[in-house]
Amino acid sequence: MERFHAWRAPALSLLLFLLFIGAWHAATLPTASEQVVDPEYAKLVGTAAATGQKSAFPTPADVGAKIWEHLKAPFYDNGPNDKGVGIQLAYSLARVIAGYLLAALVAIPVGFLIGMSPVIYRALDPFIQVLKPISPLAWMPLALFTLKDSGVSAVFVIFICSLWPMLVNTAFGVGAVRREWLNVARTLEVGPMRKAMRVILPAAAPTIMTGMRISIGIAWLVIVAAEMLVGGTGIGYFVWNEWNNLSITNILTAILAIGLVGMALDLTLARLTRLVTFPE
Amino acid sequence: MAEPLIRIDGIAKRFAGRDGTPTTVFKDLHFAIEPGEFVALIGHSGCGKTTILNILAGLEPPSAGYVIVGGREVAGPSLDRAVIFQSHALMPWLTALGNIAFAVTSRWPGWSRAKVRAHCQQYIDLVHLTGAEKKRPAELSGGMRQRVGIARALAIEPKMLLMDEPFSALDALTRGSLQDEVSRICAETRQTVFMITHDVDEAILLADKIVMMTNGPEAKIAEIVVNTLPRTRTRYTVHREPHYYPIRNHLVDFLVSRSKQFNDAMPAAYDPKHPPLVMPGLASTGSQPAAEAPLRVPPGTKPLAAVAR
Repeated sequence: MERFHAWRAPALSLLLFLLFIGAWHAATLPTASEQVVDPEYAKLVGTAAATGQKSAFPTPADVGAKIWEHLKAPFYDNGPNDKGVGIQLAYSLARVIAGYLLAALVAIPVGFLIGMSPVIYRALDPFIQVLKPISPLAWMPLALFTLKDSGVSAVFVIFICSLWPMLVNTAFGVGAVRREWLNVARTLEVGPMRKAMRVILPAAAPTIMTGMRISIGIAWLVIVAAEMLVGGTGIGYFVWNEWNNLSITNILTAILAIGLVGMALDLTLARLTRLVTFPE
Repeated sequence: MAEPLIRIDGIAKRFAGRDGTPTTVFKDLHFAIEPGEFVALIGHSGCGKTTILNILAGLEPPSAGYVIVGGREVAGPSLDRAVIFQSHALMPWLTALGNIAFAVTSRWPGWSRAKVRAHCQQYIDLVHLTGAEKKRPAELSGGMRQRVGIARALAIEPKMLLMDEPFSALDALTRGSLQDEVSRICAETRQTVFMITHDVDEAILLADKIVMMTNGPEAKIAEIVVNTLPRTRTRYTVHREPHYYPIRNHLVDFLVSRSKQFNDAMPAAYDPKHPPLVMPGLASTGSQPAAEAPLRVPPGTKPLAAVAR
């Protein structure tokens, strides 16, 4: 029998990471050719890059230095177009959490209703089926027009995109509660509120939490695009701003930060899901 | 004559078939259960055993007839009739104690936490689960889960216990020991019990009266067998009782052949309102089957379903 070595998978991960960095480094090595380029372009990206002596794409070392710079001062604020990555991420997170919690506040009670009543389910199903596949960004103009505030509109877009997975999963979880548990509640003459809180909610909680985990993932995807549209603050705006500054190092740093925060959100929800999951 | 604890009065169950013609699973069932009595209902699959239990529990309405408890028609489930489900039906997110406490707080919402805890502990000890209070159902064996189910049902101190093949999902050893405990608990507490089973030995060990169902569709109560063995029965000694084999042979013969033939060749004197009360244990004390000549009700015996109308 082969022994299980706990270090094998992390070692392979590290190797793959080093290979990736190495390939990146090799691809961005400076070349010795002399090329005459447009002086305007040279001014924009730096003479070394424009003449081809240095790649226009940053090297791993450049990005590493930039990340270190951001880590040293994540929360600086030098005016509207120069804020630390930490501040921008905090803005994005605040919008995501606000929209997400509002969605949970609506989706879970409505999902309960839909799951418990076949009539309400059939009445609301066509609306849900039509509204669910709409890209959340398609709501943006309507939100800007009616809400007249870009920040509130971004929260609304998060709300609308988080709503559907939570709603559908809650309805499904509530509808699929085992008949025998409901029968136990009936023979014990349990009132409707107690039944909902003590039997249906814990029974459906794993399914509801799965929907909430899907929702937080979608919300974090959508916030970047939404902030690119509405501008002002947030990590999405930061990415767009740095594109306008042609700072690829900053864009790469932001991409990494988005990935890490997304992972942290998913892990948090996974941990919460495990708390309410019961072994059968 | 005193009113029995529960009276089943002509209940029937019909289902609409796929082509719209109704199928009658059973009809015209009449029987009654006296306080303190342990009644088992035995029959093959498809005769509607579980449906009968659900009707008694109030979980399902009958298509016709009534179930009368304490002079009132059963309209829904009640804390007075606790159900032990075939598949234990414990809530997997609660501990053994939590499952029982959920039932106890449903029964007595005003009780303090300490009082609920003490009450639950009493029933946990009764079913010999002491030490497993904090375990979730997934961490318990099949037999222990069913013990939790039994403790949950007993803890609400119901007037009547309804058991739906409570031991059928257990292995033979566990089943045996649990049957002994149920027998002991019911004898100690004088609990009124109605149990569905398809196990002849289980019925003889536990029940005072055994209601015999014919095969479905249109299942009927063919007869009611009175268990004439002494009430303090245990698994180890019951087969040495002189009445044991006559009763057992009678039940097996019924299940093997008569349950099928009954609907085709109904005895002329058969009255569904008063199914014959038979005592095969008194017919013969030898090892010969007593099924050939089921005893009619001896004069003076109180008919099971005789009710003052």
